[in-house]
Amino acid sequence: MANKTQLEGMIDSTPIMQDFADIETGKLPEYTIDSKIPEGPIAEKWTNYKAHQHLVNPANKRNLDIIVVGTGLAGASAASTLGEMGFNVYNFCIQDSPRRAHSIAAQGGINAAKNYQNDGDSVYRLFYDTVKGGDFRSREANVYRLAEVSNNIIDQCVQQGVPFAREYGGLLANRSFGGAQVSRTFYAKGQTGQQLLLGAYSSLNRQIQKGTVRSFNRREMLDVVIIDGRARGIIVRNLVTGEIERYAAHAVVLATGGYGRAFFLSTNAMGCNGSAAVQAFKKGAYLANLAFTQIHPTCIPVHGEDQSKLTLMSESLRNDGRIWVPAKKEDAEAIRAGKKKPTDIPDEDRDFYLERRYPAFGNLCPRDIASRAAKERCDAGYGVGTGNAVYLDFKYAIERLGEDVVRDRYGNLFDMYQMISDDNPYETPMMIFPASHYTMGGIWVDYELQTSIKGLFAIGECNFSDHGANRLGASALMQGLADGYFVLPYTMQNYLSDQIKVPRFSTSAPEFDKAEADVRSRIQRLMDIKGTKSPDEIHKRLGHVMWNLVGMGRTLQSLVKATEEIEEVRKEFYTDLRVVGNADDLNTELEKALRLEDFLVIAKMMAIDALNRNESCGAHFREEYQTPDGEAARRDDEYMYVSCWKYTGDNEKPILIKEPLKYEAIKVQTRNYKS
Amino acid sequence: MENTISVKLKIWRQRGPKEKGQFVNYSLDNVSTGSSFLEMLDMLNQQLVEKCEEPVVFDNDCREGICGMCSLYINGHPHGPVQGITTCQLHMRKFNDGDTITIEPWRSAAFPVIRDLMVDRNAFDKIQQAGGYVSFNCGGAQDANNLPISKEVADTAMDSATCIGCGACVAACKNGSAMLFVSAKVSQFALLPQGQVERKRRARAMVRKMDELGFGNCTNTGACAAECPKNIPLSNIARLNREFIVAKCSE
Repeated sequence: MANKTQLEGMIDSTPIMQDFADIETGKLPEYTIDSKIPEGPIAEKWTNYKAHQHLVNPANKRNLDIIVVGTGLAGASAASTLGEMGFNVYNFCIQDSPRRAHSIAAQGGINAAKNYQNDGDSVYRLFYDTVKGGDFRSREANVYRLAEVSNNIIDQCVQQGVPFAREYGGLLANRSFGGAQVSRTFYAKGQTGQQLLLGAYSSLNRQIQKGTVRSFNRREMLDVVIIDGRARGIIVRNLVTGEIERYAAHAVVLATGGYGRAFFLSTNAMGCNGSAAVQAFKKGAYLANLAFTQIHPTCIPVHGEDQSKLTLMSESLRNDGRIWVPAKKEDAEAIRAGKKKPTDIPDEDRDFYLERRYPAFGNLCPRDIASRAAKERCDAGYGVGTGNAVYLDFKYAIERLGEDVVRDRYGNLFDMYQMISDDNPYETPMMIFPASHYTMGGIWVDYELQTSIKGLFAIGECNFSDHGANRLGASALMQGLADGYFVLPYTMQNYLSDQIKVPRFSTSAPEFDKAEADVRSRIQRLMDIKGTKSPDEIHKRLGHVMWNLVGMGRTLQSLVKATEEIEEVRKEFYTDLRVVGNADDLNTELEKALRLEDFLVIAKMMAIDALNRNESCGAHFREEYQTPDGEAARRDDEYMYVSCWKYTGDNEKPILIKEPLKYEAIKVQTRNYKS
Repeated sequence: MENTISVKLKIWRQRGPKEKGQFVNYSLDNVSTGSSFLEMLDMLNQQLVEKCEEPVVFDNDCREGICGMCSLYINGHPHGPVQGITTCQLHMRKFNDGDTITIEPWRSAAFPVIRDLMVDRNAFDKIQQAGGYVSFNCGGAQDANNLPISKEVADTAMDSATCIGCGACVAACKNGSAMLFVSAKVSQFALLPQGQVERKRRARAMVRKMDELGFGNCTNTGACAAECPKNIPLSNIARLNREFIVAKCSE
């Protein structure tokens, strides 16, 4: 491996990449990537696809079994829709009820190209904004389809009885989110994710009642079973009894969310994990664009070492809140020392840095840009609080609209803030700081949402597909529901149509025996370490490494260092982990240990992916690659591709395979939110 | 800056649904008052693991008051002494140095204890499966703005739909009644035009399932609404009663 002097001053990793990965040049036929993008002009691809795809007739649907892992927006909508179509669905979640999946915590809203506000929105504009917001690193055809079905999602959810916010005339209300100049976000107070998930959960319940979906709660998938090169089942651990169970099906769908908790502290729920992705990876599915992790600009800052998670303050607050730090360093120092209050700083001494740097979008510029701008000000010494915080101020909104209107729009978010911070945001500005929130990277899928393993599909946040290098606000809910309600139930049939003669699988096949034995020995290995550190202690250490070295600003040196430090954490894990209790029993420590083992794999792949990408784009900011005014400098000639990683062994180098990105409907340009 | 306090904890520990449980005493020092209640329990569990003892099992996930997973009965109140919040939103600044804090699971016949502070709330899913939905298949919906709904109706439906299904209402009720939970879902659909077609069938089916699963009867004590972390109002129960009577009469 490269030594320190060799790395000094180096900014391009190409000379040392062979130390970390085998780069596949695409000459070997087994590594060519087929993204299965349909022919034709972009606006006709999805229509053409649906018109010509294979379908499964109703009598045959009854004979086909589908496993859906996860019950968030993507999982619940897919399971219920597949059930409505007549397939036999087995639906799994780790929580005590499908309704608890972390989609429930999404606050702000869901985008759709309805143009109800008559402000010039269209399918093309939503498509364009999403590709541009993703800094031209997403697959054009997928994004267009997403924008196309966005309108159906709103219709579907209203029909389910989702109580979206409405105007006095009875029609649906909208608000604005970052990266858009139109109002296209539909919302239900600050609880849009909750209402959409409960809508999907209600449809799911209807299918459970009908018997088309069988629901398995408090179960965690620990392996995917492959028979003759196709995904045919899963091994799960019953989290109540500790028993290892087997389930077989004609196809498996992963809807297991993102890997943001690789940073330990994040806005994700405590149970969120990347384990299903790692299991698929180890069985041959590619992981793609793992470096693209979204750091959300408006979270409540870290308060101390015992902290378990960070709380998001919805992006919708940036509609009316203004972000600032003191313009004078001495004011920032006085505030940090407790000698001055934010309300003591007159307007002319406040630096509204987003409005200053990005006049066209102001406080509503995309998340990656807002996060980096906050970090830049704090690194320069203008931060408040502990030094790692900036102000989000509603003084101006209250002056303009009155406190009642502000309370009506954001009341529950203000209450949440006050509960956590003990400050009243109606009187003093909120303090916010960026935190890990969402992962654009994930399991590689083709246009049909199928992974590189036949019969294994990935939907929602756990796939890599639609957001490129940065996701726009209110687009995660859109993508989860688009995949689950309107895309997967179609594309899956194209795969299942030639499976109708395949009889139901028995879970006594030797492949199941082997998978179960592997899971058991994996668990036993962790139980036998009998070290001194709890999974949380080691996870926190991993989180520090990831946040400091693979966080908002990355350099070649920090990433090489990260790979070394992750290796040290990994060594500590395998030599000093302590899992108390028994393996064949309810054991929350074992659950954490298994998830952490997989986070260690993902963390390393994140660092390698970031190291490989010698450019800055979207949320991936390599400090070596920036324009004179501090913006991300893309290198389209070299890196306009999806980096797909193939697993070769625990201690082996992964293989990099490139899926080139072609833009036909959009002219590639430098992102500009200034004018 | 944040202060630290010491607390004494009296925690219910129980191996399984059929086994006998008991209170176990712990004491914990240097708890930052800026920590959340669950972070305080994380600290305790870390210390138990250091002593090679099994940690206290409790349900939790989102830790921002929306998933409905956390479910602790603290000092005689579901979700603790502060109104309108869940357990995970409770912060240690609400306690004083030297306080004794009693922590129990939800206690209700319909929610058997799984381990320690974790209970089985599957009965809630079953009630929802009995009728908590609008029957229609994905793909057949009309344009969303073809169905105007007045802001007042949408807002009231939203207030009912805010229920997070945590079960605090059942835990708070001396009868172990699930009326507030059931009425919130029935109300949401009874208020909205989409829910009209199945309105009667839904009220009958959900109430029948609730009774079948061993929840108690409602005697209008109002403890459920007083302890609800989402402030679901009691008027939902009045609406459910009316919905149910109308449905029964037209049977």
